[in-house]
Amino acid sequence: MSLPSKDMMAAIAVTRFGLGARPGEIEAARADPKGFLIAQIRREGADLPRDSGETSADRFSQMRDFQRQRKMEREQKDGQGDKTTANAQTFKDAQRDLREKVGADFLARARLATNTDAAFRERWALFWANHFTVSATKQLTSVLIGPFEREAIRPNVFGGFENLLVASSTHPAMLTYLDQAQSIGPNSRAAGAAARRRNGKAGLNENLAREILELHTVGVDAGYSQADVTEFARALTGFSIGRDAEDRPGQFVFREAAHEPGGRTVLGRQYGQTGLKQGLSVLSDLAADPRTARHVCGKIARHFVSDMPPASLTQRLERRWMETGGDLAKVAQTLIESPEAWDPTPVKFKTPYEYTLSTWRLIGAEPSAIERLAPILTGLGQKPFSPPSPKGWPEDAQSWAAPDALIKRMQWAQGFAAAVADRADPNALSAEALGARLTPAVAKAVSRAETRREAFALLVMSPEFQRR
Amino acid sequence: MNAHLNRRSLLGLGASLGIGVTFLGTQAFAASEGDLAKKKLVVVICRGGMDGLSVSPPVGDPNYAALRGSIAMKPEDVLNLDATFGLHPELSTVHALALKGEARIAPAIASPDRARSHFEAQDVLETGASGVYGADTGWLNRTLEALAPVREIEGLSVGATAPLILRGKVQAASWSPGKGVDESARLPTLLQDLYKSDPLLGPAFASGLETETMAQQAMTAMAPSPAMNMAAASTPPTAGPGGTSSSMANDRRNRQGGEAARKLGSTLGGFMIQPSGPQIAAISLDGFDTHAGQSGQIATRLSYLDVVLDGLHAGLGTEWKNTVVIVVTEFGRTARVNGTGGTDHGTASTGLILGGALKPGGIVGDWPGLAEKALFENRDTAPTLDMRALFKGALAEHMGVDRALLETKVFPGSETAKPLTGLV
Repeated sequence: MSLPSKDMMAAIAVTRFGLGARPGEIEAARADPKGFLIAQIRREGADLPRDSGETSADRFSQMRDFQRQRKMEREQKDGQGDKTTANAQTFKDAQRDLREKVGADFLARARLATNTDAAFRERWALFWANHFTVSATKQLTSVLIGPFEREAIRPNVFGGFENLLVASSTHPAMLTYLDQAQSIGPNSRAAGAAARRRNGKAGLNENLAREILELHTVGVDAGYSQADVTEFARALTGFSIGRDAEDRPGQFVFREAAHEPGGRTVLGRQYGQTGLKQGLSVLSDLAADPRTARHVCGKIARHFVSDMPPASLTQRLERRWMETGGDLAKVAQTLIESPEAWDPTPVKFKTPYEYTLSTWRLIGAEPSAIERLAPILTGLGQKPFSPPSPKGWPEDAQSWAAPDALIKRMQWAQGFAAAVADRADPNALSAEALGARLTPAVAKAVSRAETRREAFALLVMSPEFQRR
Repeated sequence: MNAHLNRRSLLGLGASLGIGVTFLGTQAFAASEGDLAKKKLVVVICRGGMDGLSVSPPVGDPNYAALRGSIAMKPEDVLNLDATFGLHPELSTVHALALKGEARIAPAIASPDRARSHFEAQDVLETGASGVYGADTGWLNRTLEALAPVREIEGLSVGATAPLILRGKVQAASWSPGKGVDESARLPTLLQDLYKSDPLLGPAFASGLETETMAQQAMTAMAPSPAMNMAAASTPPTAGPGGTSSSMANDRRNRQGGEAARKLGSTLGGFMIQPSGPQIAAISLDGFDTHAGQSGQIATRLSYLDVVLDGLHAGLGTEWKNTVVIVVTEFGRTARVNGTGGTDHGTASTGLILGGALKPGGIVGDWPGLAEKALFENRDTAPTLDMRALFKGALAEHMGVDRALLETKVFPGSETAKPLTGLV
């Protein structure tokens, strides 16, 4: 497979591998498009958004305070009918504060995406954040998503896959989102104590175990059984979060007392270890499993290149993964060096997040407030931090290019154009946005537009700009 | 190009460019097909694995209370259906319809998939295949295809993203609440031109414009509702900080989320009663994956479902008599409560069948009971009814889909799931 021209490769580097061109970015990539991307890979991981810097432990304790306030407020309300109490006001303030924190986390992440010069690095981090989905559809998890990405995902995206898997599987955000924190071995000491207290809520929860197998590692077609899921769930019992009075409040703790005693068998392998080591050993084997390499490399190829990527590409990534023991920096470099990834025909349809942020990048700006960003993402079906399930956001064009979504993109583009277009030269902007990917049809439509606003809206609604 | 094209001339332009303009021309077919041209089918997909034993608690089953432990409902707390079953107290609309013979339950229905994976099971539900990866188009889309030679009818999905059940060769419309299109702008016309050789964006955009026109008609036909927040309507209320919780159950329906849900249902109904409106529609509700703290969560979700159905019933008006609504989920949940006040992924669940077109009757399919020996793999409600049998019955008897095509085109490989008869 021969590679396209340098000009075309520069446009592809910035739009397909990155987050859309900022002014001058395609020019900057022109001398060495692959080198431009490879230089963005670094061992220390992805950039951190400039947010509050609050840790998951901070957030966990804030959420606990909030829950206590809510409880007090309810108790008072029960006593006094519908009368507003002083506590009700505190409760409302706390609720607003928490919601604003989640919004601020999301805005900081979006601003990083609009401002970064290393957009491939950011895309790579976003891919892994979506692979290990946690969602604000759960209240407790919502405040932990920003810290999760900062603590578990971003530092590990160019390291070994096992580190990333363990960081994700032990983070409070994942432990709450997939109900692991409360899971208790039925024959553990904790279960015995709960039974003596006649507390019915003590037992196994298999949610995290199942989704690690199905989504994070070997994949649903790996041939595991319900028994494997249950055994893995037993191995993971004890993975939990420290309570207020304990040593590590709001952080990962292993509760020996909640751990199911005895050895386990998962995917045909025996695990005779005890305690924390047992779950970690299963995770280690899953990370090294060739089925994990195949499943995850297929996802990488689908995310960056095509909804139906060539088998040669997936296999090359898979080989590199197995040769390097899941070294994600090496896999990223192999992706960049694969000729299949440079096909000039753009086939990936930008997700709402990618689409809206690439529009901000085009004008060299960033969203000024969460209110500028959240409504359009929600309207297009990608509500901030709220993927509908542990599978994360869909990747395919069919999901996002629904008739209704195109109408909403158009309406948003019109509004965006009205706010910014009068300051820009549409023809120059088209060249900046798409470089050698600009087609005569789009260039003509833009140059013939009646107004700058119309030209801007046409450009960002063009098939070329909406794809990458 | 004329800067002041109006809607009709825009559509005309679309047609002259060979762009798929939907909804036109359905009337011509309608006249010759008589009653069938009025029949409507709505499929509601509850995603996440809806707990059937909460939808229709079998409070009369001797094993129910013990299996469910802390989350069991008491007989006096459910809306009574018969000696075995009640409905969840939040399903008051469904219950009122059931009392009139316009709603029935299928308490042990399942797809042919047994993997207990959300995504696999949803794929199987939506493709109508006998196993995962058996097809890459949705069975509602193949229904449109199968009907096309005799009746060209439209399909519509509600929501910002396109669900698999309606994906396929026929361009289906999609709609979600939002602001209207400025009809005087040139942009829609210019974009149609720019998309004319784009196989994905061209048809989708034309369909979107058509639906917007219809939405404006559907909305103006109804009373205005200023308090509502349309942007929030397509997703059920979820627990962001300060989201819903069980203590707020009493006023769930009257809060903003409930109003938006009602509007969502009634607007869908408004679409479907228009002369050339869609006869087949799909709508998805999320958030049924209740692994922990199930009682409060499921009450919120079922309330939302009930209000959407209430809105749909109202929006359809007298056309309710021509409608069948099917509510299904990808799988049910474990019969036993788990260690965290919730339930894990299971097998059979409850399906709801509603509509004025329905024949009154008892439960649909058999009830296997909850005795230990009766449970599937000693954990889940055992499936007694393949949901394809229900779908096929509704398509054959209600929508008039040719039976041979039903087997070969819409549900290939479903010989074991004989179409249910006597539904309508």
